[in-house]
Parts: sequence; structure tokens; C-alpha cells
Amino acid sequence: MKRVVITGAGTINALGHSVDATLAAMREGVCGIGQLVFRDVERLQIQIGGQVRGFEAEGRYNRQQMSLYDRFTQFTLAAAREAIEQSGLVFSGELAAKSGVVLGTAGGGVSTWDDNYRAVYEEGKNRVHPFVVPKLMNNAAASHVSMEWNLKGPSFTVSTACASSNHAMAQAFSMVRSGMAPAMVTGGSESMLCFGGVKAWEGLRVMSRDACRPFSANRNGMVQGEGAGIFVFEEYEHARARGADILCEVAGFAMSSDASDIVMPSKAGAARAMAGALQDAGISGDAVGYINAHGTGTAANDKTECAAVADVFGPHADNLMISSTKSMHGHLIGGTGAVELLACIMALRDGVIAPTIGYQEPDPECALDVVPNEARDAKVDVALSNAFAFGGMNAVIALRRV
Amino acid sequence: MSITDQVIAIIAEQALLEPSDVTLDSTPESLGIDSLGLVESIFVIEEAFDINVPFNANDPTSSDFDISTVATIIAGIERLKAEQA
Repeated sequence: MKRVVITGAGTINALGHSVDATLAAMREGVCGIGQLVFRDVERLQIQIGGQVRGFEAEGRYNRQQMSLYDRFTQFTLAAAREAIEQSGLVFSGELAAKSGVVLGTAGGGVSTWDDNYRAVYEEGKNRVHPFVVPKLMNNAAASHVSMEWNLKGPSFTVSTACASSNHAMAQAFSMVRSGMAPAMVTGGSESMLCFGGVKAWEGLRVMSRDACRPFSANRNGMVQGEGAGIFVFEEYEHARARGADILCEVAGFAMSSDASDIVMPSKAGAARAMAGALQDAGISGDAVGYINAHGTGTAANDKTECAAVADVFGPHADNLMISSTKSMHGHLIGGTGAVELLACIMALRDGVIAPTIGYQEPDPECALDVVPNEARDAKVDVALSNAFAFGGMNAVIALRRV
Repeated sequence: MSITDQVIAIIAEQALLEPSDVTLDSTPESLGIDSLGLVESIFVIEEAFDINVPFNANDPTSSDFDISTVATIIAGIERLKAEQA
């Protein structure tokens, strides 16, 4: 089995258009959530979200590209460029033939569906643009990354709702660890902040109208976000041989299925995924210093997640730090695990723990160190990143400082 | 059909029971309606009565729409309809 390291990271989300900007915002506890701006927003009961601002696709992509790139693809390509350029890898020859791209998204081109349904249903048009299908398909972003960067190895898209990115990164990790691929581009993206995308979530009655306050006793629901997080996973010796800057090691992962309820989380399923990731990595629970929580800010998730952490870690649960950065960038649904992996990298590499902002009242059912409101300096050797999806599908990734 | 009969029919269907099994003092829990069933019942009520019910599944008691029993749900609907008039 090969060791796997991260040699490139890129992102765009409500906190910033780059990894540096995002991590700076996390250190400062910036809230990227605000009033949503898009067509028909006044017809929504939920009008806040972590929307990406100041991203002018028109300047970045030409007219032909724009006709093929849904917003989730635009975000993906921007983040992939940052990650791959940072890694310094140039994909050619055998490296290109064996390296691929595995990405997560829950909805794919949601705003393309939205715009075109509006055209045919509301506006009564009988003709749509010829590229609607290749623009909205869930694998469009992965395909465009493969084309732009000459990635010819195993490539596909994973869709497991809010765990999509973690499942995708777990696949990429497995491929590099097994020796199938020397490097993989992986992560995920989401762009559901359009009328139909928010209206669907509104219907479920789990959204907050004012703020995402994970673990706080007065939390009242989740807040959507959008964006992308993309990484280069590379075989350790391959990275060392070329003198690459190693951000951290991907040490292990586990996936589990609750097999119980389509929306209510299960403590046992979450616990099995966390314990499994530690076992896969060969790491004892006591070594974990930080967990980036799924931490959605719903009543159900946060208490279940904290109970699962207590089960897995026992007394050590009181020593480790657990925070939810969704309080700052919102819930990126299928892209969320990828953006949240950045908080784990910051903990391991920079020794800075991103806070859970918006925290106002302790909840006895979430009685862990949730790093309330202010970032903290701490040396962390091992971090976990949790993702627990609707449908009861869980994926947890274990990362180690190098 | 009266509001009471309509609400009982909606809740009975959600609980997979006969309307005669649903009484005014039935609670969602006593009828076996879970949080997902409750959210769906409120949606059906909103559609049936053309009202907006303020309800957040994270904190069902936070709004002044009391969902603790069938009777309180009916009272809440009557109040919302009256406010509309």
C-alpha cells in the first residue's frame, strides 16, 4: 500500500476565491452568509445563504465555454486551476494516462435545470439551447477538468448528497493508495443557490432564516452555501521525488450506511464511519486533535454527531476540538466535505483551529469543545473530516500532519 | 367538510389510520407520526387551506402554531384563516 499526500488545494466559496483567502477568513471567524441575490428570491421564505460574490464568469471563460459551463463547473475549474498549479504537476505521458479526476456533487447543474424549466414551463418557450444536457450533467465538471488538464485515467462523479465530496475523495485516495494512479484530482462542488434549488430545501422545513449556529442550544437549522474545493492527491514517494510541497497526508477513510432513515441521522452509522476511518489509518482515537464536524446546525444532526463522537472517543472526546465551519461558508451540500477539508489542512499544517461561529448558548447534548466563535492555536497531529448525508450515507476521512 | 373533519382526514391519511381513530386530543406521537410525517402533514394542510404555517422542524415549539394535538392544530389553522380574512 502506498502513502498518499495532498500536494495542491484550491477553492472558491463564500469566504474567498482562493485557499489563502478562505483560510484567512476562517482564522478571523468571518461569516460569509448573507442575503441571497438572484431572480425571484423575494418569493422565498429562506433568503440567506453563503453565496459566492464577485465571481465574474464572463471574464474568465469565453462565450463558447459559458454555453457549456454551469456555475458548478465554473467553480470547479477555478478551484482545480489553483490546486493543480500549486501542486506543480504537469500531466503528460504515463502520468496523464494513469491520473484521473473523481469529484462529488449532489445536484450538478441545478441552475441550468432551473433556467431551462423556467423557459419551457413559465415562459412557454418550445426550444432550449442545444447544450442543456452536457451542461447540467453531474459529471460535467469532472469532464471539463479532465479536458483542461489532460487527465486520462479513472474519472467519474460521485453523488451521495451531503457526503458526495468525502465519498469522491475516498475513491481518489483508494486509487492512489492501491497504486492504480500516481495522482488524482479530487474534491467536489455545488451550486444550488437559485430559486428552485433553495425552494426545494425550504420545503423540508429544516432551514434557518437567520444564521447557521452549529452546536448552539438556540440553533434553528441549516444554511446553504455554494462553491468548490479541489485537491491533488499524490503518491508520497512520487511527491517527495520531485520535491513537492506536501500539505498533509491522507491517512485513511471509512464509509458506512445507516440503513435506517432517509433523513434522520443515526449515531451508530456516524460512529462506525469515524471508528472505521481511524482503523483504516491505523491511528488510535487518542491521537485525534481536531474533527471538522458535519455540524449542519440542525437539531438532529448536531446532537447525534456529538453523541457519536462521545461513543467513539470515550473520555478523549473531552480533549479534542470539534468545529463546524458551515457556520461561516454555509452548507455546500455535495461540495461541503471538500471545502471543509481545508480547515483540517489548516489545523495540521498551520496549527490553527477554525472556529464554530454564531455560537451563543451551550447545549448539554453538544457538550464538546466546539471552538466557539474564535479560532485557536493548537498543535494537531491527526484530524478527521466528517460527512453524514441524507439517505444515511456517511464518509469520514482521516488526515495526518507530515 | 369542516376544518376539523378535513384536518382529521389529512392526519389520518398521514398516520395510515381511519379518521375514526383520530381524536381531537390525539398527538402526532400517539398516532405514530414522526418528524418527516409532521412536515408532510403541514404541507398538506397549507395546500388544503391556502395558508402558510410557520413551522421549523428544528424547533417545533418556536412558532406560535401549536402542533401538540389535533385540537391545537385546528385552532392554529382557524387563526391563520381568520388573519387572512
